[in-house]
Amino acid sequence: MIELVNVKKVFNAGNPSEFSALNSVNLHIGENKVTVLRGPSGSGKTTLLSIIGCMSRPTAGRVRLGGREISSLPERFLTDIRRKTFGFIFQQPNLIKGISVLENVMLPAYPLGEPRSRLREKAMQGLAELNISTKAASKVEWLSGGEAQRASIVRALINKPTIIIADEPTAHLDTKLSQRFMEIIEKFKAEGKTVIITSHDPLVCDSKMVDRVINLRDGRIEGEPS
Amino acid sequence: MRAWVEKQRYIIDFTLSSLIRRKVKNFGLLALYTLIVFILASAMFFTYSIKREASLILKGSPEIVVQRIKAGRHDLFPVRYLETLRKIRGVAAVEGRLWGYYYDGLAGANYTLLSPPTQQEAAEPAKPSAKTAVVEDEETEHHGVDASKPLFEHQGTALEPGTLIIGNGIARIRNIAKGEFMPFRAFDGTILNFRIAGTLSSQSELVSSDLMLIAEEDFRKLFGIESDYVTDVTVVVDNPSEIDTVASKITKLLPDARPIVRDEILRTYDSIFNWRGGMMIVIFSAAVLAFVIFAWDKASGLSAGERREIGILKAVGWETSDVIQMKFWEGAMISLTAFLTGVILAYIHVFFTGSLVFEPALKGWSNLYPHFALTPFINAEQLITLFFLTVVPYTVATIVPTWRAATIDPDSAMRHTGE
Amino acid sequence: MRKSSIFLWSITVEALLLAVFLAHAVFSTGAQQANLEEKAALVRKLKLTDLCLFTEARYTRHLSQADLNTAFQDHPLSLEHFPSGSFTLPPERLTRRP
Repeated sequence: MIELVNVKKVFNAGNPSEFSALNSVNLHIGENKVTVLRGPSGSGKTTLLSIIGCMSRPTAGRVRLGGREISSLPERFLTDIRRKTFGFIFQQPNLIKGISVLENVMLPAYPLGEPRSRLREKAMQGLAELNISTKAASKVEWLSGGEAQRASIVRALINKPTIIIADEPTAHLDTKLSQRFMEIIEKFKAEGKTVIITSHDPLVCDSKMVDRVINLRDGRIEGEPS
Repeated sequence: MRAWVEKQRYIIDFTLSSLIRRKVKNFGLLALYTLIVFILASAMFFTYSIKREASLILKGSPEIVVQRIKAGRHDLFPVRYLETLRKIRGVAAVEGRLWGYYYDGLAGANYTLLSPPTQQEAAEPAKPSAKTAVVEDEETEHHGVDASKPLFEHQGTALEPGTLIIGNGIARIRNIAKGEFMPFRAFDGTILNFRIAGTLSSQSELVSSDLMLIAEEDFRKLFGIESDYVTDVTVVVDNPSEIDTVASKITKLLPDARPIVRDEILRTYDSIFNWRGGMMIVIFSAAVLAFVIFAWDKASGLSAGERREIGILKAVGWETSDVIQMKFWEGAMISLTAFLTGVILAYIHVFFTGSLVFEPALKGWSNLYPHFALTPFINAEQLITLFFLTVVPYTVATIVPTWRAATIDPDSAMRHTGE
Repeated sequence: MRKSSIFLWSITVEALLLAVFLAHAVFSTGAQQANLEEKAALVRKLKLTDLCLFTEARYTRHLSQADLNTAFQDHPLSLEHFPSGSFTLPPERLTRRP
């Protein structure tokens, strides 16, 4: 479903601090599968994730989504695809302080301009599915760690994406919450979504619902010819 | 189209939420901004209205006023000079004027005493209400110009010796009314008692507030001016294009005389409250500086919190243009609200409360200050300029520093938005 | 009510109010004609030359008749003397270069 061909990513090109985050990565992500990208820090996991999720472009190489080449699209189209196809779950919930949970959850849909009543309904539904609808009107400062995580997940889902991307989602969660998180991932899989996770948490990597684990080291996939 | 409108509303929702988060700071900013607009707009409204009224009212002032100068000071005008003036070609009529100032120690105010001219203009409009002034009795205090009310005739008949017709401002500060007596100290120390025959209308206060109409013989008795002198002279010239020629002839024939033409009178009032001078430029500069400070504060960059927020927005799918639109609304909301509120308050201030805030400055050190309701003349040009001055720089200043932060690519935003 | 609605409504109300005031201004200048006529008539009748705005001193009261240089008499350019001095300029003829 997602194909990466000979992807390279170089940061700070031309400067003394130039370095290659990804070197010649060839990858194929299957549809409706849970794929985990594993590796130590500095291995390029986050960079790879962001290229897959249309959040940045490769320095060289091509990215194809559903057969369509997207790595050379202008920003506007890329953003459009990203909005409609991908949902991101970050390490930190990254909710905007001072506004309500409901508003936070609806934020990604604002630029699309759909009627408010419908959007609100979608948001409330999403919150209900993750059991935090009671917190809809609360300010985000009053949420617990787990609730905040769940709120950010609802936010990621507001535009009904087909591919979920999570960057070290369990890094700041305890065992119980991590397990809860994996249950949510299972639900996604059951709904037909594709999930890509970066993690070095054994709880994630060794989970039975994970279909494939890709090991990264120094910007390369292990087991791949260099 | 619908989606675009809805999108703007969402952005406004979000921007308002952001602004409300720092309630005190933003409310203070809005209040200050509104205050500045209020002062500027009030000054604009007031000065323009007064200037327009002056230009309309003073159109009927004498074509030429001739003063006499002796040793560099105003001196009394000898009556024999009038004949010389009458002989000038183009002059229709010449009349001496008797007027002067009387300082009333009791009220601490200067009054202008005037002996009404006996001559009429060549052409008078036929409207009855325009012919004469309206005198108000103390019993009937309404503000209409009613043609059937007792009219005041100062063609030499009604103003009897021993009586005065006073302006409404004098009646107010001396708390004196028709029928009562007012003592004056003459030039030789004797006390003269005059009876108030009536007061001039309150509507005409802008020109008559401190006036006292007095009979000629009383004037001369009060100030000790002999009958062969008058204060100055008015010259009626039928043909407006000849006024300047006549004025220069007067200067030639009477070297110690100084003519003042009507055009100069009108231009004096055109330059009153000029933005280029004195207190006005202080107000204007202060306001511009304040605007600059507000804009500078915005333009000098985003706080870390604001940058983080923009990063999150980009990470969840907002485009650069969406972020820019949000910043636009942030600037526009505050400046637009400030402009509208300030101008509305200014209008009420100047035209309904008689410029209460400016009164102390305008009144200065005088004790007698006219009460007048200005006619609302509005200069659209000034208003539009004020709008652009208020709204545009601030909005632009809010958007500009965001540019760099808004163009951050989501990848970097995602990495850096952690704690 | 939704926040953006509150904002949009208040802006609309204010804009309308401003429009009402501007209409009031236009209307008043018509309605005040009689008042203006009265003052103009008084000026004509009594041969007045100035508005009664600043009654502190002779030269502030009769701006158009004022003198430029008279021994021991202040003139309108003495800004510090009276506040009104900072609002008014002397008549053009006094400052015009020959």
